[in-house]
Amino acid sequence: MLTSGTSRAGAPEQARPSGAHPAVGLVVLVATLVLAVALSLAVGARGTSPLTALTALLDPAALGGPTSPDVVVIRELRVPRTVIGLLVGASLGVAGVVMQGVTRNPVADPGLLGVNAGAAFAVVLGLSLLGVTSVLGLAGLALLGALAAAGLIAAVAASARAGSSPALLVVAGAAVTAGLTSLTTLVLLGDPAALDRYRFWTVGSLTGRALDDALALTPVLAVGALVAVALARALDALALGDDVARGLGFRLPRTRAAAMAAVVLLCGTATAMAGPLVFVGLVGAHGARALVGGAHARLLPVAAMLGATLVLLADALGRVVTPPGELEVGIVVAAAGAPLLVGLVRSRRVAL
Amino acid sequence: MTAAAVQVGEVDRATGLPELRRSDRRRGLLVVACLGVGLVGLAVVALSVGAVALSPGQVVEALVGGPGTEGRFVVTGLRLPRFALGAVVGAALGLAGALLQSVVRNPLASPDIVGLTGGASAAAVLAISLGATGRAVEGAALVGALGAAVAVFALSGRGVTGTRFVVVGVAVAFLAQGFLGYALTRASLTQAESAWFWLVGSVGTAAWADVGRVGGTVLAAGALLGLAHRPLGALALDDDTARAVGARPVGTRVGAITLSSALAAVAVAVAGPVAFVAFVSGPIARRLRGRGPALVTAPLVGAVVVVAADLAAQHLVPGSLSPPAGLVTGALGAPFLVWLLVRGEQKKELPA
Repeated sequence: MLTSGTSRAGAPEQARPSGAHPAVGLVVLVATLVLAVALSLAVGARGTSPLTALTALLDPAALGGPTSPDVVVIRELRVPRTVIGLLVGASLGVAGVVMQGVTRNPVADPGLLGVNAGAAFAVVLGLSLLGVTSVLGLAGLALLGALAAAGLIAAVAASARAGSSPALLVVAGAAVTAGLTSLTTLVLLGDPAALDRYRFWTVGSLTGRALDDALALTPVLAVGALVAVALARALDALALGDDVARGLGFRLPRTRAAAMAAVVLLCGTATAMAGPLVFVGLVGAHGARALVGGAHARLLPVAAMLGATLVLLADALGRVVTPPGELEVGIVVAAAGAPLLVGLVRSRRVAL
Repeated sequence: MTAAAVQVGEVDRATGLPELRRSDRRRGLLVVACLGVGLVGLAVVALSVGAVALSPGQVVEALVGGPGTEGRFVVTGLRLPRFALGAVVGAALGLAGALLQSVVRNPLASPDIVGLTGGASAAAVLAISLGATGRAVEGAALVGALGAAVAVFALSGRGVTGTRFVVVGVAVAFLAQGFLGYALTRASLTQAESAWFWLVGSVGTAAWADVGRVGGTVLAAGALLGLAHRPLGALALDDDTARAVGARPVGTRVGAITLSSALAAVAVAVAGPVAFVAFVSGPIARRLRGRGPALVTAPLVGAVVVVAADLAAQHLVPGSLSPPAGLVTGALGAPFLVWLLVRGEQKKELPA
């Protein structure tokens, strides 16, 4: 059941599944992330070795100066992609953990709860009606949209008779998503130019974004991540149930509001950077839980690393599977995430 | 279970359960009659209102008079098939949704949420992006919906009940969304625009052959359900009790899900994914009807919803752009569902 109480969504006691010392897991995790970064820098239509990539970064003169093709491809195209992939993946991973923690819902994902749909609708309004073209402008709109959608869902959940049950949140999220999708469609029906931009934005992609714009948004992500980390202990307590959390002295409305703020900051910004990516939050949160158990102080950084690894690997894979073209990262992530969700539901660990 | 059975027996003997049943049936007939009258009323409006306004008398004349009667082409060539297509598509979607929701025992198990319409949309848009038109798009949608149904079915494993089915369906829906995004980015802008229009769900281009195909499917499904009302009723019990009284719940459920998929597939193939109709028809029917599976009421509700939405889209939306019916159902369906949630009515049906 979606409401699957405390145990599934991460009670600390079912913590580390048997096996290696945590340090070993951490080393493997970091190594995988480094490998993903290396692949993201090296793989593509113009294949370069990781060593060449490193040389291009550290000592471009050795490859023939800043105008040599390898240096241009790596420094101008792949570095921005990699940085954006890292930021987006890590943000969505953290947001997934926060979302699952606060809703105690093992299938919570920013896509499922309508937050991304809110951001998407706001972006469409910006593209079509307001004529916004700058990435920063769109990012601000996406944040507002994510905030509005999350607020709407929270309001529905709060005003329903029996308080915010997790199942109710999911239904509300589905309703809000469908309604916003209709409005998005309405706006785009009469506006081919906006549709043309929207269809490339909505599949999710790390290309065509300037590094400066992405870096300008990093402080927003940092604030979101800090709020999430500050919430770690409250989320641990929430996993034991509302009553226990209250008994331990946490104020639930305040915790929920802070969690929502973190999710909105992280997802809204990530969506503005790369388009609506599904499954990254879900995969990051579940992977982290399988690796380090239910304590949020450990879950959050691990989920961030896993999310970043997933996005970078998916992006690198998308560059080579359909030559000479590229498959956008959002499509690869969806294709990789769907089987994972199915496996998760079928496994005994998430008893639905 | 046994206790419940005994209790029901006692109530039956002690108080007037037959009395209750009779009043229940009376209410059911009343609701069906009201919906029928409402549909006829909508038909009168649909046939008389438009660019060429006709009085009800003129409409009747045009219907019964021979060729050459004033307004005959407008009524029988344009408005009647449009009304009829809206009605049969709505009925098919309403029945498909209510059937799925009742046998999976989860209000989220509607073709919109569990990926059937998503599969149809992805396949249809892929076909459009490859240059297909008309019948070929319909065929692709049919294949997509049935393919998605088979996938959800096979992947959710034994039992096919409850949340597991829904979550697997959501995974399939996300996957379909990824494919759809891919198809949209690969299409030319013109193709993307026509795909976008198809995606909203429209009954504007109605041909009698389409009406016949969808209507025939609804009638055949209704007949099958009428024959199978006894095993379907047994599904209202839990599986063990159902087996004890000689029913085969899993087989019945498989049959019902197949039927529901076929209904949704045929309707979506002709009209596109008209948002939310399958989702809301069941809950509305259950509210009107009180209890029971509402399999007679739900298709009527669906028909009324689609016809009314199409009329509203044609005549009430200002501006030159006359949006398809699916836009209205999507934009109004979401707030309605949210209202249902806030009222707490949905709570009883949720497996919370």
